[in-house]
Amino acid sequence: MQRFIISRFLYMLVTMFFVSIVGFVIINLPPGTYMDVYRAQLEAQGTRTTERQLEAIVRQYGLDQPVYVQYWKWVSGFVRGDFGRSFAYNKDVSELVWERLTLTMVISISTLLVTWLIAIPIGVYSATHQYQASDHFFTTIGMVGLSIPNFLLALIFMVIAAMVFDQSVGGLFSPEYEDAPWDVAKLWDLLKHLWIPVLVVGTSGTAGLIRMMRGNLLDVLKIAYITSARAKGLPERRVILVHAVRNAIHPLVMILGTSLPQIISGATIVSMVLSLPTTGPLYFNALLQQDMYLAGTFLVFLAGLLVIGNFLADILLIWVDPRIRYT
Amino acid sequence: MATSATSVDILSSDETPQSAAISPARLIGRRFLRNRLAIGGSVVLFLLYMSALFADFIAPIPYTDVHEDYVFVPPQLPRFRDEHGTFHLRPFVYGLESELDMDTFRFVYEEIKDAKYPIKFFVKGYEYKLFGLIPFDRHLYGVDEPGVFYLLGSDDLGHDMVARVFMGARISLTIGLVGVILTIIFGATLGTISGFYGGGLDTLIQRVIEFLMSFPAIPLWAALAAAMPANWSPLQRFFAISVILSLVEWTGLARQVRAKVLSYREMEYTLAARAAGTSDSRIIFRHMLPNAFSHIIVVATLAIPGMILAETALSFLGLGIQPPQTSWGALLKQAQNVSVLLQQPWLLIPAFFVIAAVLTFNFVGDGLRDAVDPYSL
Repeated sequence: MQRFIISRFLYMLVTMFFVSIVGFVIINLPPGTYMDVYRAQLEAQGTRTTERQLEAIVRQYGLDQPVYVQYWKWVSGFVRGDFGRSFAYNKDVSELVWERLTLTMVISISTLLVTWLIAIPIGVYSATHQYQASDHFFTTIGMVGLSIPNFLLALIFMVIAAMVFDQSVGGLFSPEYEDAPWDVAKLWDLLKHLWIPVLVVGTSGTAGLIRMMRGNLLDVLKIAYITSARAKGLPERRVILVHAVRNAIHPLVMILGTSLPQIISGATIVSMVLSLPTTGPLYFNALLQQDMYLAGTFLVFLAGLLVIGNFLADILLIWVDPRIRYT
Repeated sequence: MATSATSVDILSSDETPQSAAISPARLIGRRFLRNRLAIGGSVVLFLLYMSALFADFIAPIPYTDVHEDYVFVPPQLPRFRDEHGTFHLRPFVYGLESELDMDTFRFVYEEIKDAKYPIKFFVKGYEYKLFGLIPFDRHLYGVDEPGVFYLLGSDDLGHDMVARVFMGARISLTIGLVGVILTIIFGATLGTISGFYGGGLDTLIQRVIEFLMSFPAIPLWAALAAAMPANWSPLQRFFAISVILSLVEWTGLARQVRAKVLSYREMEYTLAARAAGTSDSRIIFRHMLPNAFSHIIVVATLAIPGMILAETALSFLGLGIQPPQTSWGALLKQAQNVSVLLQQPWLLIPAFFVIAAVLTFNFVGDGLRDAVDPYSL
């Protein structure tokens, strides 16, 4: 067990390394050097650049040195909490990242919880009522949910809210709480706004999860121990909920590691439409303005958090399912 | 030819057709035909692709034509009854007169009742090349100058939405196909290698797959799309986007192919082939891939809707297809704003096409999956 955790941890570090490589490659992909972009940005803002300023930047990022030195300068900054500078905002990336990243995680994790809370009961219901009208109903709803792009659903929500309730649904906070320090009232305000993005982001994931839960449970229900549980006279409720569902849920825990990236992926684009103060809008604006340091760092952050999440999910899985052999 | 002839013989000589005489392909076909949703889906998909192919023919005016006098025209429905209540067999539209609303600073369109423009079919219009080859100038419908007919309305530059939706379909519907072909090439190759040779290579490929799967897809795609040089031609962009999309999508297919190959590796026929001294490549290409083929097709079909959605999302964000090219996502980009949507709800029409394409691909894919599964009824 301990050996597994340690080797899994080392594997996580290796993955992190590759994540940072991908981030670095993306920062360096656009044609033209960092310098050209920086100069163009400054000139666009009406600031004249001096040779001195430019030289300082060259030295800071090691732009006159080989690629691996540049990479090292960039990646070692992560450890020190220095993530480079955003051109567009003219701020340190670290100033921009944290609160937004937290909110992204809040949305993503609540979405995950909500999808599970909705999908598992429906999946169980569909499996126990296979081919009945209600099963077909949920299947169709699920298919439609899978087919509507997230951002479109967000748009539809906003239009409905504007037309029917005559209120705007963008943002995560009411104006009066936007810059307020965190307290109970602000948290309550957040919760009041949170359900729309959670619902919008969660739709497609819920649909997929319902299909999966239904399929798993149908497979488990065919196994002999269910028949024997019924034969010994257990009430059907207990057979389903205690004996079958428990075993059908395990594969779902296993895909936890891949469903969180999907949710974050969906959340970034939905928050763009709903203009939520999360990483999404900042990230896409950075990309559109070729502010690659900010974008690359964000990507590394998102992927890094996911790698850690995967690590935790793997440990959780061992704890939940004693049948899993760890090698 | 010979085999089909014998199977026909068996069927005709024996009154009760035996399933053993039916080829697997026909069995799959039969099962597929029993699935009504899949059939309906195939028909809709066929129509969508046909309309993309004949987009020039359907479009009454070129999709790039800018009409400053007709900005944000609401969809004009063809009329059969005029203002006196007289019935006209040939539908017509009224001429439009624009007026600037001084409160909202938007153009409001008034119908001019004495200017009727009958809608004509197979009219002469702008010249284009049918299938990119044959010069042609006929169009499905149109009205005489100076009348205008915006069946699905117009956008902020007075573009005809009909023309844009169907020209956009060309890109939105083919990008998924190109992407899926690349996905099949990457996924099948690496999956086969991974499953067939095993060992360190297998571990390496599996780790790469896990790594790619742990990235949030849309942000990664967006970053790669944003890194594309701005001076690339539309065609280059198009292929670059499909490459970017397949860069992540191949992982799922590779895993499935690997699982299949792993199980085939232990089958007797593989052992027999090996014992007969067959080369690795022959075993892979003659014995394994044909077996996995139906499975690959199913996975690929189910991957297309994801790609269509991804392209839509990228273009919606302004990172995908760039003007003057257009796609469904690029069209929806105009609809990002709620106030725009409330005033010009018809800008959301491309969304119905996206949903229709994705939904039907899912239906067809589901139908195929059930059809190729030999254990399904």
